[in-house]
Amino acid sequence: MIRRAPRSLGEHAPILFPALMLVVFFVIPFGLMIAVSVARRIPGGFYEPDLVLANYERFLSAFFGGVLSFSLELAALVAVVAVGIGFPFTYRLARLPRAAQVRWLVFLLSILSLSEVIIGFAWSTLLSRTAGITNLLVAVGLMAEPQSLSPSFGALLAGMVYQAFPYTVLVLYPALARLDPALVEASRTLGASPLKAFFTVVVPAQRNTIVATLIMAFVFALGSYLLPQLLGRPQHWTLSVLITDQAIYQSNMPFAAAMAVFLVLVSLALVGLSLLFGRKEEA
Amino acid sequence: MLRWLNSLMAGLIGLILAAPILVVAGVSLNAKRSLDFPPKGLSPAWYAEIFTDPGWRGALVASLVVAASSAALAVAIAFPLAWFIWRWRAPWARAFEVLGMAPFILPPVITALGFLSFWSTFGQYGEPWTVVVSHAVFFVTLPLVTLSLGFGAVDRSFVEAASTMGADDRTVLRTVVMPLVRPYMISGFAFAFVLSLNEYIVAYMVAGFTLETLPIKIFNALRYGYTPTMAAVTVLFVLLTAAVFGLIARFGDLPRLLGAWIKAD
Repeated sequence: MIRRAPRSLGEHAPILFPALMLVVFFVIPFGLMIAVSVARRIPGGFYEPDLVLANYERFLSAFFGGVLSFSLELAALVAVVAVGIGFPFTYRLARLPRAAQVRWLVFLLSILSLSEVIIGFAWSTLLSRTAGITNLLVAVGLMAEPQSLSPSFGALLAGMVYQAFPYTVLVLYPALARLDPALVEASRTLGASPLKAFFTVVVPAQRNTIVATLIMAFVFALGSYLLPQLLGRPQHWTLSVLITDQAIYQSNMPFAAAMAVFLVLVSLALVGLSLLFGRKEEA
Repeated sequence: MLRWLNSLMAGLIGLILAAPILVVAGVSLNAKRSLDFPPKGLSPAWYAEIFTDPGWRGALVASLVVAASSAALAVAIAFPLAWFIWRWRAPWARAFEVLGMAPFILPPVITALGFLSFWSTFGQYGEPWTVVVSHAVFFVTLPLVTLSLGFGAVDRSFVEAASTMGADDRTVLRTVVMPLVRPYMISGFAFAFVLSLNEYIVAYMVAGFTLETLPIKIFNALRYGYTPTMAAVTVLFVLLTAAVFGLIARFGDLPRLLGAWIKAD
């Protein structure tokens, strides 16, 4: 079997089905969304094809600016916390015996695949008055009576870090599992303490990985669409929530699509940036 | 000292990760229709309700059918693509690989909105089968990644040997390549299955008003107040998810699937 460029139609045939599926069900919906974003809205939930920029002009309002800056700040905060805890954690994880690693990975994957509905429900229960952790504080005498901690900004942050943490660990895992152990051994032989070796050898060596992971976690957190509704107050709504709200409840598809196009551009720029950092690491 | 501190940190992280699930598990056992923790009285009634109540049972069946068929379709899309890229020297085909990765990296609400525009433009909005196709394309990334790893792991000298002995592409695929990539194919299916089972926003935007999957049912029920049944469903989901990943770990190489290989060259 020689690996050369395919020539005949028969040799090309296997890629026809996947290519068709991806073009019809991903490229076309994407193009349609862009078309809808410049469509003109007809009151009553419909829209007709047009080329108006009115939906994009709404970005200039103070309300939208507020939502956008809150979304970006929240996603940045979640990314920093998740990577701050996740990096040392993953470094240790990658050095555990294989069986223990596999157990942790199964656990992390299970949490990562949990629906946002379930994470939101579980956290609001954990922070509720009747079943929440304040009952524990009351039991040990630190608090007079149980109270509800959700909805609040703290609850939202906790839920989003909880959601982003397994993702962050799994993004960091390949790089840290492949880290050359000789690096740390050398610094230890030269007399560095384990902590010093971690901060002066491992962290600088993985600087680009850390930046790339921060960006990936940021994009991941930007995508959170239910937790702000379940754990936060209306002023904690993010761009993703606003898009869902406009599309489903306000029946304003053109405006929702315009915001989505904007979100795509932000995300693509960031993912491109993180690939750039990731590539530097390999060079 | 540091070792001890490390174990403490790992234990603490494990505890925080498990805490919401543990509380929900406790709540799901309440004897009365209340969300108390520790539970007041023990009762498995809420678990029974998932299977006896037509609403919950219907949602469970809908979720399982959608997850199984969309995962199968995702593998059917990913397999020929990954095989083609491995078999032929065709750099342009990588563009389709990127297309397959995109929905997974972008915020999910974008893909959801894209599908909503698509299905409503073609008059299929709300048809249950559209959820299957949407999920298959949304999650095609997972079998695509596992299968690319699988094909990459096939020793080409086996293939050379087979074709020297006169086997054509089809025979090589069936007798040499297929047995080697099968574990990766099953993992890819399982990943897509579990994620489809838990997926909310795409299913909701595409057919949320006609087809109630379990996450949609839980979210709709949340608006009318929390019940222990929701807690029981959550526990059932967590167990199902952990069981699937446990099986992948048992029969496949999980660290490798997640990227922990040593570079050969």
